[in-house]
Amino acid sequence: MSETYNKPLPRLSAANQPFLDAAREGRLVVQKCQSCGKARFPAASICSNCLSPDAEWIDTSGKGTVWSFCFFHRQYFKGFEAEIPYNVVLVQLDEGPRLYSNLLGVANEDIRAGMRVRAHFEAVTAEATLVKFMPLNEGEE
Amino acid sequence: MGAHAMRNAAAVVGVGHTSFGRLPGQTPYDLGAWALREALADAGLKHTDIDGLIVSRVPDYQRFGEMLGINPRYTAITPGQGRMSGASIQMAAMAIAAGMANVVALVYGNDGRSVGEKYGGENDRYGGGDGGLWFPYGMTSPGAAHAIMFQRHAELYGTTSEQMAAVSVAFRKHASMTPHAVMRNPITVEDHQNSRFIVEPLHLLDYCLINDGGVALIVTSAERARDMAKKPVYIRGFGQGTELAGSNLPPDDFWHAPMASAAKDCFRMADVTHADMDALMVYDNFTPTVLFSLEGAGFCPIGESGRWVQGGRLELGGEFPTNTSGGHLSESYMQGWALNVEAVRQLRGETGQRQVKDAKLVFYCCAAPLCTSIIYGSDAQ
Repeated sequence: MSETYNKPLPRLSAANQPFLDAAREGRLVVQKCQSCGKARFPAASICSNCLSPDAEWIDTSGKGTVWSFCFFHRQYFKGFEAEIPYNVVLVQLDEGPRLYSNLLGVANEDIRAGMRVRAHFEAVTAEATLVKFMPLNEGEE
Repeated sequence: MGAHAMRNAAAVVGVGHTSFGRLPGQTPYDLGAWALREALADAGLKHTDIDGLIVSRVPDYQRFGEMLGINPRYTAITPGQGRMSGASIQMAAMAIAAGMANVVALVYGNDGRSVGEKYGGENDRYGGGDGGLWFPYGMTSPGAAHAIMFQRHAELYGTTSEQMAAVSVAFRKHASMTPHAVMRNPITVEDHQNSRFIVEPLHLLDYCLINDGGVALIVTSAERARDMAKKPVYIRGFGQGTELAGSNLPPDDFWHAPMASAAKDCFRMADVTHADMDALMVYDNFTPTVLFSLEGAGFCPIGESGRWVQGGRLELGGEFPTNTSGGHLSESYMQGWALNVEAVRQLRGETGQRQVKDAKLVFYCCAAPLCTSIIYGSDAQ
């Protein structure tokens, strides 16, 4: 945590606030339709599978698989200067939803689609915790 | 009404555009009006002949109609997205076939370069507006989404950046023969590979060129088209497909399913085959989009595009000369509009050094959450 953190902070709609609140507590949550059970993220007012408006937030395993990735050489946001080229990974959670994030603990050239990863919570300000990912340890599934 | 009733029901009889580049002080309305003047002159029509008006990226149809001083029977506006160029042209053909209009002006104006349009950063809305969730991780821009898609394609099928370079090289070669193209110096695969990464694996030379400009087309009924100043170019077939579900993130299938649907309907309406195409106009916001489109539209097998585009296949003189004006990568990013103009000019035989000999059929397509395709033909048979 740093007073000088100057990267963009999450701009969440009110609907996504539970995601941020849970991240602060070290939990990765997604919405689950209370009618058909389909998991979704980002938050939506209805389920795209059955159109039910009824949903709850559920804890996920925090585990997933890298779907694909890229490396930013151009700086679009302040705060990233020192990290260019930085990675962005698209992770598919075991529960289904996908989210963009950063993969820590591995060199860019070693990132591959299909890598197994787990959530890693990084408190960047008093209010905001980002959900990043780390490779699963040997033997973990 | 079956597909056959629409085949060659409408024709493009006028095309026009501004110069492309940095055109400060010109609003999208001004750029659209400039392009429209060119298109009307090309067709031998007056603005008072227009009874249908479709605008895109020109912010307001009402204001534009007021500027022109016209009261069209039919009017519509489409969002300023590139996928809407083909969709708008299809709307014009349908409005004409329905009898709602007989002379439709399609007008596009884009001041993106002068106003410093950014496709990445705090104002990025690509992917449906979830960007605020991902900015903290540095994720932004349609270019990055396409980089991620290309990386996925590479992992699944072994496609390489060196293979993809053939697309950029071909389009630049064509731009070198296009007087109004913005980037005309030929490039090599090595130049492509040596150009800096923007969002790796995409290099600078995989990105389209943001510029100012306007484009206009005049579409009318086949019957009326016979009396125009220039040889009509018939809208022989068209189709659409969408992949809106889940479209806040990159698609699993590189838009193959909606592009296949768009192409299938288009070829069926046109009653021609892929091999009949004399040239292709493939929406090239980023180089990988061309690969995905060729696969989805059925020009090459899924996953084979990287190998398929080798050996000059997309170059003039090759099997399917593609984006013969240079496309978005080298002519200018006119969001599909100028590619449709180039299709018309090829079929009229107006393209000089870059002319495809005896061109009779040209296929246009755009891959995005809304996929479109159009086949243009030089005769009404």
